[in-house]
Amino acid sequence: MLGIETSCDETAAAVVKNGREVLSNIISSQIDIHKLYGGVVPEIASRKHTEIINQVITEALDTAGVGLDDLSGVAVTYGPGLVGALLVGVAEAKAICWARDIPLVGVHHISGHISANYIENAELEPPFLCLVVSGGHSHIVRVTDYGKYEILARTRDDAAGEAFDKVARVIELGYPGGPKIDKLAREGDPDAVPFPKAKVNGADLDFSFSGVKTAVLNYVNAYRMKDVPYSKADIAASFQNAVVSVLTEHTMEAAKRCGIDRIALAGGVASNSALRASFEKACSANGYRLFRPSPVLCTDNGAMIACAGYYEFMAGVRHGWDLNAVPNLKLG
Amino acid sequence: MILSIDSSGLVASVALMEEQSLIAEYTVNNKMTHSQTLLPMIDEIFRLTGMDKGAVDAIAIAAGPGSFTGLRIGTATAKGLGLALDVPLIRVPTVDALAYNLYGTTGLVCPLMDARRSQVYTGLYRSKGDDFKVVRPQCVVGIGDIISCVNEINEPVIFLGDGLPVNRTYIDENITTAYFYAPAHLGRQRAGAVGALALRYADDDSYPGVRRESAADFVPEYLRLSQAEREMLEKEAGAKKG
Repeated sequence: MLGIETSCDETAAAVVKNGREVLSNIISSQIDIHKLYGGVVPEIASRKHTEIINQVITEALDTAGVGLDDLSGVAVTYGPGLVGALLVGVAEAKAICWARDIPLVGVHHISGHISANYIENAELEPPFLCLVVSGGHSHIVRVTDYGKYEILARTRDDAAGEAFDKVARVIELGYPGGPKIDKLAREGDPDAVPFPKAKVNGADLDFSFSGVKTAVLNYVNAYRMKDVPYSKADIAASFQNAVVSVLTEHTMEAAKRCGIDRIALAGGVASNSALRASFEKACSANGYRLFRPSPVLCTDNGAMIACAGYYEFMAGVRHGWDLNAVPNLKLG
Repeated sequence: MILSIDSSGLVASVALMEEQSLIAEYTVNNKMTHSQTLLPMIDEIFRLTGMDKGAVDAIAIAAGPGSFTGLRIGTATAKGLGLALDVPLIRVPTVDALAYNLYGTTGLVCPLMDARRSQVYTGLYRSKGDDFKVVRPQCVVGIGDIISCVNEINEPVIFLGDGLPVNRTYIDENITTAYFYAPAHLGRQRAGAVGALALRYADDDSYPGVRRESAADFVPEYLRLSQAEREMLEKEAGAKKG
């Protein structure tokens, strides 16, 4: 299965055998360009995908040592994401499949992130619980079967990764905020500032990260107005601690309620070192088994799309030549 | 055999051509999403004509300017086809192809494509005998700019394109030469014209706008930067001045 992913600022393609054996995984990141603008610029992202997509696909096939005729199918992310960016991958995948009579499978981006866990954990099979945390998503998902999802909790406002990016901007760390906060936080005190851990009334597993983001902004502004220096490292560590502990507590609570003892992490924020440490500790305390993809599979990549696409393919899913990009595609 | 594609504007159009003959052309001007219609249209013309995909020698594409999204759907489709069929792309400037609808017309041909933000994608073209000449290469300008250019040349001119409805009043009030509007069947992008220009000039250096490129290296010609890039340049220019 060839997997193609262009939903945001990574142009990616990969070849995966039987859903779990990665033969190639090529990722071309545009991050250096978007850094100049302090975030992903959709029009630039779409243009860059168009420039490089054939090279990325060809490299994925060559590295895997396969030709188009060896493929059982092509899986492509068709949502959610930036519509202009998604369209490049979707149009490209459709054209390749049409030209060579290859089955086409549209894949949900988050299904891809969750499925990244299958790649390095041969023994992982549904059911399990997955925390999906990225720049666009913060979900606790019950995976009932391959490609079958039930969302148990979601964010009411900002996604976790979005909050990281915004806070990084407030304390002038630049873009992308996640890795920069993660790094700086190692030098700070996570208990220095008691930032709020918001609860959502009536949906106690849901997340809300706009409050903690505003609290950081107010905290920093108060110091700036008094012209008093503040510790960026302490803010980074305390903010990260507030977000990570909420993500951990809610996921553990969800696992307890569902009676599920296998927990997986997915999405770009799943590479955050504090989140990983916190989940390791909590899972070990509760006797849960923790699964998490290695960092390269946490970022947007084609292998996770090929993996998710494989299970959709096996379940009989095929898409037609009218497949469109769906920027707000729902999961499950 | 050449497969040609134009999805640069509201129209989606695909055509199959062989040497000097148009085998099939499918044009839809119905505000439908190109993403959902373009490949089904390609599939349909191959199905109806019974032609073999493997017989395609090149993909001719209206390479821009045009709607950014429309251009990219066409481009990614063409690039995917080029990769999978192992054939090159033939770049055809969108405005040139639109003008080629009116090949053989006496006087000037002036395509007008709505570029939003009070501008048009336009250019000026002239047929002389068997020759098709670019008088003013495709560009993005205000309607006033191109009309004063036409007035200066002072020859009869025929207008076409989806930029007409918005600019008709301006043209009627400001033009000083004899002018006409193209009839409906010639007035919008047609993949047949893209393919015809490609067949005629792909291997002819006298018309550098039309040329073969590898599917991997092909990128559309937007004629415009993204808004973010524009704003950054303006900011930098402002900083230099200040």
